[in-house]
Amino acid sequence: MNEAIRFIVDVASLGSLYALMALGLVLVYGILRLVNFAYGELIMIAGYTLYLLSGSPLPWLVMAACAVVAALAASVLTERVAFRPVREKSLTAMLITSFAVSTLFQNAALLFISPRARLVPLPDLFSESIVIGGMLFFVRELLAIVVSISMLVLFTALLNRTVLGIALRAAADNFRMTRMLGVPANLVIGVAFAISGFLAGIVALFWLGRTASVMPGIGLEPLIVAFVATVLGGMQSLVGAVVGGYVLALMTVGINTFLPQALVDYRQAFTFSLVILILLFRPEGLVRGK
Amino acid sequence: MLELKDVHAQYGAIVALRGVSIHVAEGDLVGLLGANGAGKTTTLLTIAGVIKPSRGEITFRGVSLAGLPPEMIVRKGIAMVPEGREIFPTLTVQQNLRLGAFIRRNRVEYRHDLEEMGELFPILGERMHQSAGTLSGGEQQQLAIARALMSRPRLLILDEPSLGLAPRLVDQVFRLIARLRREGMTILLVEQNVIQTLRIVDRAYLISMGQVEMSGTPEELKRHVDMESVYLGATVAARGGGQGRGAP
Repeated sequence: MNEAIRFIVDVASLGSLYALMALGLVLVYGILRLVNFAYGELIMIAGYTLYLLSGSPLPWLVMAACAVVAALAASVLTERVAFRPVREKSLTAMLITSFAVSTLFQNAALLFISPRARLVPLPDLFSESIVIGGMLFFVRELLAIVVSISMLVLFTALLNRTVLGIALRAAADNFRMTRMLGVPANLVIGVAFAISGFLAGIVALFWLGRTASVMPGIGLEPLIVAFVATVLGGMQSLVGAVVGGYVLALMTVGINTFLPQALVDYRQAFTFSLVILILLFRPEGLVRGK
Repeated sequence: MLELKDVHAQYGAIVALRGVSIHVAEGDLVGLLGANGAGKTTTLLTIAGVIKPSRGEITFRGVSLAGLPPEMIVRKGIAMVPEGREIFPTLTVQQNLRLGAFIRRNRVEYRHDLEEMGELFPILGERMHQSAGTLSGGEQQQLAIARALMSRPRLLILDEPSLGLAPRLVDQVFRLIARLRREGMTILLVEQNVIQTLRIVDRAYLISMGQVEMSGTPEELKRHVDMESVYLGATVAARGGGQGRGAP
């Protein structure tokens, strides 16, 4: 029984982060058909913002807010500076641009900060654990669940209740028609990048919280996770991204839990084999768009 | 009101416009006829700002539309009901209509127009909170028209509104268009359904191979063109082009 609860909590906390990451990626993909490969670097930027603020007397929550804002600003800025000029040209041009932006950010971190890992400040709460019903839980895990689910609820409300949110959903479904109704392309794309960056910033706090450090290549794993989760869930739908995130977490935690110790090092291979298998049977992902 | 002068345009590599000139006067209901692949939709997409003309002029109420993106065209007062309706199936009926009114800021007017649409299209009024994807083809067509009207356009452009509808619903759509016209709306109607279109329009253009082949009142067109050939052209184009739409 206890092990089952532990398993569920693990899946829920990892899955919530995966879902947020996937959502940030699919939001931009839905509108532009662009897989933003610079998405992982937003997490890196949030991490370095925390690191750079670590000597300051600011309370941690303020630092965290700054980190989230930095990721959001970086996302919006890359759209303005890098993606917008090539948007009308071709999808390939945008894709290559996203690789360029990713490389640029990573190299900037290498050059101006350090190739080695840097410690990021974390609140004491992150390393504490509490006992509930005789079981030990990391506060960080529970916080990740609560914050992620609040984000999902907030995000759902935004998409359903506000005109801008409705326009975003419409644009993800049929961008041309949405523009013909008068919704400016730059507005929806800008907002999509802003939300994408915001989600990356929130994810970064918990993602970095696991190792308490940041380095130039830190964005790669979350990018792959987000990408696999969206492909798994279905690239055409926002719900799919969330479903994909939780399913991927279920597979990851499941493999970690049930795989014999000798094979745990190969867990990525097992996870991706499972992903390939699922996609063989459902190439359009678990949740069909439209 | 709307004036196209010698408009040339490329759409992918297939359908091109080779000098299209069209005039729509205020209050008119003008038809744009032609076979499948003649360039009707390309003409509309060029007006809507989706396709940039390579040559020629498009003016609306005396102002050039050249180089304006789609989101600005609708602000000039041109609303589009595209081919295939293109409603947003995952949004509710009301959300679709809300986006139709995106360019308008006045909330009171929006509420008023929303109610009016509910009266003009009772089916939509009953299903405001249902997702649009659950509507039937005819209901989706009504929604597409209602959505366009929500922007309070000066010119309404309809691209094959009768396509894929049962005959009874086709009549209903044509009656609606005639009614909107009587109420003072300026309309540009693209259709393959030649007979019914000529019954309600003031003037019509016959397009073929990206050019205007003939224009005039319905009587003039009927006198000079064998309307059967327009149908035949459509049938042949549909078969040859393999677009799978079949004959009208």
